[in-house]
Amino acid sequence: MNRTKWFVLITGLITGAIAVALVKLGNPPNMGFCIACFERDIAGALGLHRADTVQYLRPEIIGLVLGAMLTSLFAGEFKSRGGSATLVRFIMGVFMMIGALVFLGCPLRDVLRMAGGDYNAVVGFIGFIAGVASGVVFLKKGFNLGRAELSHSQAGGYIIPAIMIFLLVLLFTKTVFQAGGPVFFSQKGPGSMAAPLLISLAAGLLVGFMAQRSRLCLSGGIRDFILIKDNTLLLGFIGIFIGALALNLGFHYFKPGFAGQPIAHAQHLWNFLGLYLVGITATLLGGCPLRQLILSGQGDTDAGAVVVGMIVGAAFSHNMVFAASAAKAASPGVTAVAGGPGLYGQIACLVGIAIMFIIGYMFREE
Amino acid sequence: MEIVDVRGLSCPIPVIRTKKVLDQGVSELLVLGDSSVSKENVGKLAGSSGYTVTMKVDEINNWEMEIKK
Repeated sequence: MNRTKWFVLITGLITGAIAVALVKLGNPPNMGFCIACFERDIAGALGLHRADTVQYLRPEIIGLVLGAMLTSLFAGEFKSRGGSATLVRFIMGVFMMIGALVFLGCPLRDVLRMAGGDYNAVVGFIGFIAGVASGVVFLKKGFNLGRAELSHSQAGGYIIPAIMIFLLVLLFTKTVFQAGGPVFFSQKGPGSMAAPLLISLAAGLLVGFMAQRSRLCLSGGIRDFILIKDNTLLLGFIGIFIGALALNLGFHYFKPGFAGQPIAHAQHLWNFLGLYLVGITATLLGGCPLRQLILSGQGDTDAGAVVVGMIVGAAFSHNMVFAASAAKAASPGVTAVAGGPGLYGQIACLVGIAIMFIIGYMFREE
Repeated sequence: MEIVDVRGLSCPIPVIRTKKVLDQGVSELLVLGDSSVSKENVGKLAGSSGYTVTMKVDEINNWEMEIKK
């Protein structure tokens, strides 16, 4: 194994271990890191949706972007670029979030859930592989969203980092714009569960640094393996799983099974299709939600449009009830909830898949 | 010499473009790129396919890579 591969593997191991450590310190179970969930929490904190259990300005997201920005500045890789079908990418970001919230997690959380023993995440993983494979078919047929151009000004590249700094200021000052919010901070549910602010921020910065250097990408891991039999990025995937599994076993968090999994549902079809949608979208975009976030920190304004699209997609998902509900067992005073997406969520997921096929077909060259 | 311009293309299209030309049996190729990620990936592909790689221009956001059998 060469140095690059070791570095990707170690990045994965550390990311997985940090994720479980964040759970130990207060983050929601199997959700030490989740790009989709945390962007959704940010949408909620800003009042773009009013699901009062999932509202928090997650410092991990802020840290990831700023960590990637600082790293790319030091490496000389920070460069404002954009103009590759930006609006199309925005819409794809919206649907990538819808898919993630039908499953209840991005690909990163899928790995963390598998490492926590959640078999539903394995179903999602199979859907994710199928989605990436479908994206690869379009790539092989000449799919291309067009060239991005390097900008003559670096200013555009600082927009997403500047927004993150604004969110950080709101977080530190706990600003309330009007009585009751925004900014909203959940008092119950996953949004109320959080590791200490500075630790979360530091975790984000560290993983942002490593992910920028290693080019860690969950969809890229599967894609490169299918496309060119290259396992470099796949090692990152495996590293996250092993790192998280080791700590989950150590903390006795590992609970294998389909039932009783935290913030999850056991609707197999929708776990499969939710991450199928994420997989195909990420492959057509050139990177998973984590990778888009890192790219948005190093000046890629097209990736920035995906990030904003995902935040808007999260708002739609909760306002229009596309997001799946988590399964709950019956307990005194609480009726059991089967969980899973409602009818509108199912329709939105299928529409998203159809739109990705249309985009994949329409944007091929030759 | 054939030229493949992968500037501004997102992952993994630079690799696909290069591979397509190499698969046609071309023995000399010049690839133009503008991101270090595509440089790493195209270089890796050429290396693993048994080509030698020479950097003609090697700046972080502007590079030209000569690929020879």
